[in-house]
Amino acid sequence: MSFHPLMDYGRAHHKSSRAMADEGPAFAYTPEHLATLEDICSRYPPEQRKSAILAALYLAQRQQGYVTRNAMKAVAEAIRCTTAEVEDVVSFYTMFYQRPVGRHVLQVCRTLSCALNGAERVTDELQKVLGIAPGETTADGQFSLFEVECLGACDRAPVVGVNDHWHECQRPEDAKALVEGLRTKGAAVLTGCHLHKETV
Amino acid sequence: MDLILTPHVKTPNGFTLDFYLKQGGYEALRKALAMTPEAVVDLVKASGLRGRGGAGFPTGMKWQFVDKKSPKPKYICCNADESEPGTFKDHVLMERNPHLVFEGCLIGCHAIGAKVAYIYIRGEFYHVQEVLEAELAKARAAGLIGKNIFGTGFDCEIFVHRGAGAYEAGEETALIESLEGKRAQPRLKPPFPAVAGLYGCPTAVNNVETLCNVPPIITHGPEWFAALGPEKNGGPKLYCLSGHVKNPGVYEAPMHVTMRELIYDARYGGGIRGGHALKAVIPGGSSVPILLPDQLDIPASFDGVASAGSMLGSAGIIVMDETTCMVWAAENLLYFYKHESCGKCTPCREGGAWLHNLLGRIERGEGQMKDIDLLESVANNILGKTLCAFGDAAATPVLTTVKLFREEYEAHVREGRCTLPAEWRGASRAMAAH
Repeated sequence: MSFHPLMDYGRAHHKSSRAMADEGPAFAYTPEHLATLEDICSRYPPEQRKSAILAALYLAQRQQGYVTRNAMKAVAEAIRCTTAEVEDVVSFYTMFYQRPVGRHVLQVCRTLSCALNGAERVTDELQKVLGIAPGETTADGQFSLFEVECLGACDRAPVVGVNDHWHECQRPEDAKALVEGLRTKGAAVLTGCHLHKETV
Repeated sequence: MDLILTPHVKTPNGFTLDFYLKQGGYEALRKALAMTPEAVVDLVKASGLRGRGGAGFPTGMKWQFVDKKSPKPKYICCNADESEPGTFKDHVLMERNPHLVFEGCLIGCHAIGAKVAYIYIRGEFYHVQEVLEAELAKARAAGLIGKNIFGTGFDCEIFVHRGAGAYEAGEETALIESLEGKRAQPRLKPPFPAVAGLYGCPTAVNNVETLCNVPPIITHGPEWFAALGPEKNGGPKLYCLSGHVKNPGVYEAPMHVTMRELIYDARYGGGIRGGHALKAVIPGGSSVPILLPDQLDIPASFDGVASAGSMLGSAGIIVMDETTCMVWAAENLLYFYKHESCGKCTPCREGGAWLHNLLGRIERGEGQMKDIDLLESVANNILGKTLCAFGDAAATPVLTTVKLFREEYEAHVREGRCTLPAEWRGASRAMAAH
């Protein structure tokens, strides 16, 4: 819903001169992603399409790796809201990247339970192995490193999120093995969630 | 006690619909649908079930407050945002007992007259969401979710809604805002969600573990449930143990169990790792006051922990041994609160950052004695002065550590460094730097 619930505020109808500047490559959802998005929108009342805005952003990020302003415009069009509303949401949540990130996005939990178990040293070792600071991406585009807040797996500390996967009980001394493993074997080297193992 | 919420979490395929049905799954729903919604609410009220998300508010009351006369649709929002540091119990329930979550949602919907429940799951739990979606599809195909459930004319849908990284989304009105596709920032209350919640409609926001307690109450009755624990603290409870404990993990126990048993008993935490002495315990997620080692002989119940001056909160028990610098621990937590403040209320948005700055200064050995008083002053100007409980949560780690470990703060200022033995400071880069 936008300024007026009965108005369609898609790109064509938005008369405000506060337009969002182009940024990044041209973006259009793939037909598959558009279909997925319509299916997700159907979970909410018809006049509440905006509820699907996070899902729309996830799909854009899945398609392009990060969320550009051009992608935000496509989200606004699909959700039928203003680009300002999309920007508002993108800038609040931590899981949307507004810059390109590496193929493997390492997210080391730094909150207390993981920190008590040496998470700071895990980050330090990963920095040494990768040669980048938290928030940066390696020149070859393979790895990004972030420190993140409590991931909710405090019994398997320290935990490292790698894209949408988990890697539990990471020791500082194994940082090199983790990076090499990801380079050669990809996500297969990750422990995954210990609860999840039996399910797959 | 027999496990009620987590009996099959280690059983292979214990999470599947087939397994759940073999254990008598969804029979509580059948029983509840044969009752009137009012009777279900009364039953939950009589059980004394208290919300497991942190506040401990009676669930039956929450459901009763939902405005049933409103012509608008009603909603259940299952709070699966689980972001309180030290808390990981809902994760186990959703991953290993998802149908109990669904059954609780469906009974809740029947009780308040809702036709849709949204499970708001934190974005980082992607692998959990995959399990939930797959099991939801099976339940839907089996006619347990959807139109005319059990031929009673009861229609109900459950949808999973993925968040995108925001601690604040665990606050009930911020969760609703996020579900509506906005920033996860809290609303001014009243109106409470029971009157005007999701899309302005009457809404009940319940924690995952809370809803999981509902089917057993329907099956075994409110007296059975209440008798499982101390007075006003009935039913099973999940405890999350982390930090310097030998066996970290999620443990189910009645609330008779004491904090000391949870930390030291071989069935639970098994004691402190590495032969070290215990120093401090955060009993209910990072937002609550610390308990000292001589305060642990209390029931780990809502009222038991409150009597010791803290809160059971989300039952995320973080155990810290003698090697832990409390200034460092407070600094670590205030970084969290600074980072996660939604920015709506000035005291929390600005104060959190100032607290973190001050703590960093003291920890680096650059602090002055007056900084310690300043910490308390800033924290007390956040406490009780924000829309949601987040402000109190941010102030608490500072106030509790200054109160209980003031000499450690003073030593940092006096010596210009952390005064713990050097070999204990290996976990932290800041401590190791000196």
